Amino acid sequence: MPPLAIRAFTATSALGRGVDAHAAALAASQTGLRRNDFSSAPLDCWIGRVDGLENEPLPDDFTSWDCRNNRLAWAGLAQDNFMDAVRTARETYGASRVAVLLGTSTSSIGATEEGYRRKEDGRLPRDMAFANLHTPHSLAGFVATAMELEGPCITVATACSSSAKVFATAERLIRLGLVDAAVVGGVDTLCDSVLFGFNSLELVSPEPCRPFDAARRGISIGEAAGFALLERIEAAPDAPRFVGYGESSDAHHMSTPHPEGLGAELALNDALARAGLSPTDIDYINLHGTASLKNDEVEAALVTRRFRESTRASSTKGFTGHTLGAAGILEAVITLLAMRDSQVPANIHADTPDPQCGPQMAWTREQRPVRVALSNSFGFGGNNACLAFAAAERLA
Amino acid sequence: MSAALTLWVKGMGLWAPGIADWSQFCDVVRGNATPGEVTRPLADALPPNERRRAPESVLLAAAAAGQAVTMSGRSAADLPCVFVSGHGDQTITDYMCETLATAPTELSPIRFHNSVHNAPAGYWTIATHCHAASSAVSAADFSFGAGLLEAATLAVADDRDVLFVAYDIAGTGLLGEMTRSTGAFAASLVLSPHEEPGAIRVDVSLVAGNIAAGPGDVSVLAPIARSNPSALGLPLMEALARGAPQAVRIAAAGNLDLHVDMESLR
Repeated sequence: MPPLAIRAFTATSALGRGVDAHAAALAASQTGLRRNDFSSAPLDCWIGRVDGLENEPLPDDFTSWDCRNNRLAWAGLAQDNFMDAVRTARETYGASRVAVLLGTSTSSIGATEEGYRRKEDGRLPRDMAFANLHTPHSLAGFVATAMELEGPCITVATACSSSAKVFATAERLIRLGLVDAAVVGGVDTLCDSVLFGFNSLELVSPEPCRPFDAARRGISIGEAAGFALLERIEAAPDAPRFVGYGESSDAHHMSTPHPEGLGAELALNDALARAGLSPTDIDYINLHGTASLKNDEVEAALVTRRFRESTRASSTKGFTGHTLGAAGILEAVITLLAMRDSQVPANIHADTPDPQCGPQMAWTREQRPVRVALSNSFGFGGNNACLAFAAAERLA
Repeated sequence: MSAALTLWVKGMGLWAPGIADWSQFCDVVRGNATPGEVTRPLADALPPNERRRAPESVLLAAAAAGQAVTMSGRSAADLPCVFVSGHGDQTITDYMCETLATAPTELSPIRFHNSVHNAPAGYWTIATHCHAASSAVSAADFSFGAGLLEAATLAVADDRDVLFVAYDIAGTGLLGEMTRSTGAFAASLVLSPHEEPGAIRVDVSLVAGNIAAGPGDVSVLAPIARSNPSALGLPLMEALARGAPQAVRIAAAGNLDLHVDMESLR
């Protein structure tokens, strides 16, 4: 595929607001996880929470969109001059030539949950009775409205691969000449649906998640917002590049991955082929690494069998928790920071590495150039995505 | 207007209350029949045990998808698929929110894993052994158009046939008042970038503005067209059923329509 320029990117998660907060935490190998203090009856687990959203209602113009997920979207858009970059794109190309393509797993459902808790006479309370709040599209609908964009606008909701797949949609729209730029990304927030839902599947760890540890006990759920602005490379020749993507389906099971990682490997092969890369070109892989028993087993085996020993690989979910539909963009941003700062993030919390893991695993932070990198995202329903990024100079 | 994406429609499927499949729909559109008794969507692409336990949204989407794939003569295993729904499985969302409000630790794990927006895509790819890309998207009242655009761009950009499925079920409980979805509807197309005898050529382009009219021309279908976001695609499905040259506008986003030019069936 023709590479695309990543004109601007940003992330907000338990590690803080904006890319510098993320870079600092990654440099210090400092987790953002905390003991669960979310909801009225918190489960005994650890979470990655963004502070302050409770006290940050959306501006008055956007009252009908006001919920935790859209507040996090708004907080995320405000970092790293991202809104200015979007404004410039809108002025350069026109509102209908900029797409808004965002991923989420639960969108604004936290608001619907609250409405049910506070129901009045068998109806949602009047202050929450807005159609915009009770639909999966609340996220992209809000961002398009707030950014005054009128191009193609969709919410992708393929569970934990959602905000990786939006990069693929953007590439197709730009390559076919339907738009000139795309705001991609995703937002997911803590809510009872995911905390009690993953708890019901016995996938939530009682301790901070330990990706690729032999004694890992499950996931820690987190929340995050992340965005990237994609344009043709001629428009931003020095920006880092989005160079490839792969998408596939496991066709195996709704909530457990294919035992041999078939779908994950198909996504990897697709991404490498579109990027014109071979596994030996890859300096770093940000792994899906949820700390669930099955995911890490399958993913570790895939990395061990497909990559050279000097390729570095780590999961950063020990820092942020599993941010579900936002994981794709959050980890894409972390991957771009690894390239920017020549720093491989540590795979923290793995005291006793799983024996399936190969020499590629970066158990501690490493300072080294990262010019070509991958980010894996695998979701429920066997929905897989793999993204490839490269520094501008590599392809110059 | 943007450059057009040229596609050929190789398969069509539809389920609506009182309309069990595409051929019944064609009869209704041509004035030879009216919607009959409401039947359970026949999702025969799913294995019998999955058919029994799958939620309504999955049955509905799989029923329409199965018809379109059968008509296309393609193998579902080879078709990337795009599932779009304005509101997903509202019955499960209502159950989840009610349970979380009263007894959160009693949440059913099966209902939780069926609650993901990509449940129909997941069940479909598992049942059909499809390892190609599958997606699940949403765009409120613009869902049909936005999903169609995603499927059309995928077909042209990757130069391969793609399965498109739009579905929505009726709203339930407190949520139902917000979504204003009063009935179920699903429609499906197999879109191809390659010409084939018997396939209908469509040219899809983006146009600024929303002038997409409400329901199509068939009065008995008007209540269905207003019943949920996916049913807003009915004018396109009616035009395909007629098989005559026609242009249709479908809303794809705020202030953005799809303009679909349709050639006659040869």
